[in-house]
Amino acid sequence: MTTPNLEVSQLSIAFGQGSSRVEVVKQANFGIGKGESYGLIGESGCGKSTILRAVAGLNPDYEGALLIDGFELPRRRSKEFFRKVQMVFQDPYASLHPRKMVQNVLIEPLQIMGLDRRQERIDTILSDVGLDQSFRFRFPHELSGGQRQRIAIARALIVEPELVLLDEPTSALDVSVQAEILNLLNRLRRERGLTYLMVSHDIAVVAHMCDRVAIMKDGRILEKLTPEQLRNGAVSEAYTSDFLAASAPAVVRAG
Amino acid sequence: MTETALIQDPLLSVRDLNITFRSEGRVTQAVRGVSFDLGAEKLGIVGESGSGKSQTGRALMRLSPPSAEITAERMQFGGIDLLRASERQMMRIRGNDIAMILQDPKYSLNPLMKVGKQIAEAYRMHHRVGRSEARSRAMAMLESVHIRDPERVYELLPHEVSGGMGQRIMIAMMLIAEPKLIIADEPTSALDVTVRRQVLSVLQELVDRAGASLIFISHDLNLVADFCDRVLVMYRGRVLENLPAAALGQARHPYTRGLLDSLPRLDHPCDELAVPVRDPAWLDAPAA
Repeated sequence: MTTPNLEVSQLSIAFGQGSSRVEVVKQANFGIGKGESYGLIGESGCGKSTILRAVAGLNPDYEGALLIDGFELPRRRSKEFFRKVQMVFQDPYASLHPRKMVQNVLIEPLQIMGLDRRQERIDTILSDVGLDQSFRFRFPHELSGGQRQRIAIARALIVEPELVLLDEPTSALDVSVQAEILNLLNRLRRERGLTYLMVSHDIAVVAHMCDRVAIMKDGRILEKLTPEQLRNGAVSEAYTSDFLAASAPAVVRAG
Repeated sequence: MTETALIQDPLLSVRDLNITFRSEGRVTQAVRGVSFDLGAEKLGIVGESGSGKSQTGRALMRLSPPSAEITAERMQFGGIDLLRASERQMMRIRGNDIAMILQDPKYSLNPLMKVGKQIAEAYRMHHRVGRSEARSRAMAMLESVHIRDPERVYELLPHEVSGGMGQRIMIAMMLIAEPKLIIADEPTSALDVTVRRQVLSVLQELVDRAGASLIFISHDLNLVADFCDRVLVMYRGRVLENLPAAALGQARHPYTRGLLDSLPRLDHPCDELAVPVRDPAWLDAPAA
């Protein structure tokens, strides 16, 4: 196997001190190859988002190691790291500055990274996420939830990262908009050779999007499966079967 | 307009309900000509954001924002005309005859009051009883929503309970007055899948026991197909389809089909998800 794009090794994260100390991630291990899409799934409080936040550098207080392309990341992330790794958050209503025009949302990462051809890059990324140029001059309140999430994706991809962290990117959206955004994310991954680490509580979404899936419970990775194994119910943990049963759709498509 | 389901002696009868918002010269029609009857059943209202499903639920309790203009040919609840009832009458109806369960217990419980006391208070609002009687009623209600240790939970504050328990407490609080109609607006959307089931089975049990009617507002087609008896599918303020929940998989309207097909499915892997196409003509066509 070639060097994985992201490697998570013996990752443990705890909050609080003394008797109120809670270990929310317990020795998680997994690796994601270049161009692969990896899913973390579980219920609230299982530690899936905590792992994502640690990878993103939002929580430097962890034990174990996080490696990008074989090199261990420093606790305090460098600018080069954010060039390579970007994140898309769950709620597009909360993740965009309400008084910032789309154009300024998109130009900021370019300024931070010192990238050139700024207007050209904004043109390209807007059309890549399926929005026309008139959106440059809009404010978040003038956008629908799906359009906001497209802007959030554009903001992450404008610095041309390799690894994109997706924290429940569609759980705040309607199902029809979810379909649009998931299609967009899949197309962008194909076109740009991106690596995804996606967190979700929706087993069908993760099976649709990811090449491999890790099931988490109480801070531990219980098992790692392929979407085929999930589909066939070829799981070894009782919890995974329960989770699958609880997520089973009641509507069966007719003919 | 055709009536698909004729119900003898409906508890609730709505005809041609329209809700309009006017602001700064802009007119938004949130609900357009909605008609339905509700018997002793669980009726699901599904639709995407902005389809008017929540506004419909709120209008029934007369909890629409002041800027809303509401017109209807009929909005009859038992012997009461909800359109013409006075605010005093509505105060009695709310909570007592019609109860509402909202999405997130974090926002609908008083954060500074013990949860048990909130349930007891809800009971005393509608019944002339003393404190200790209300307390024992609240305790029994906590037990009936499957809270194992009601004595302990009674003393907790809302931030000390989990989302699933919070929602069961809300259900206890709303059902303690034994309402005839319960409107649940996305009651499990903030909960995990495994907890969701438990909350739904509690709701089902209490609704069945009390013989109450339920309007279940949700964006989740699968959930509604599973839980309800009948479903209204709403799109931009209109009811496009009114059908038995069990037949949702065989829905005929292109919008309902589009919504169903846009869901990623474990048993039907595909490369690209179908994105529903919308036809403005649906807004004028008669309901299926």
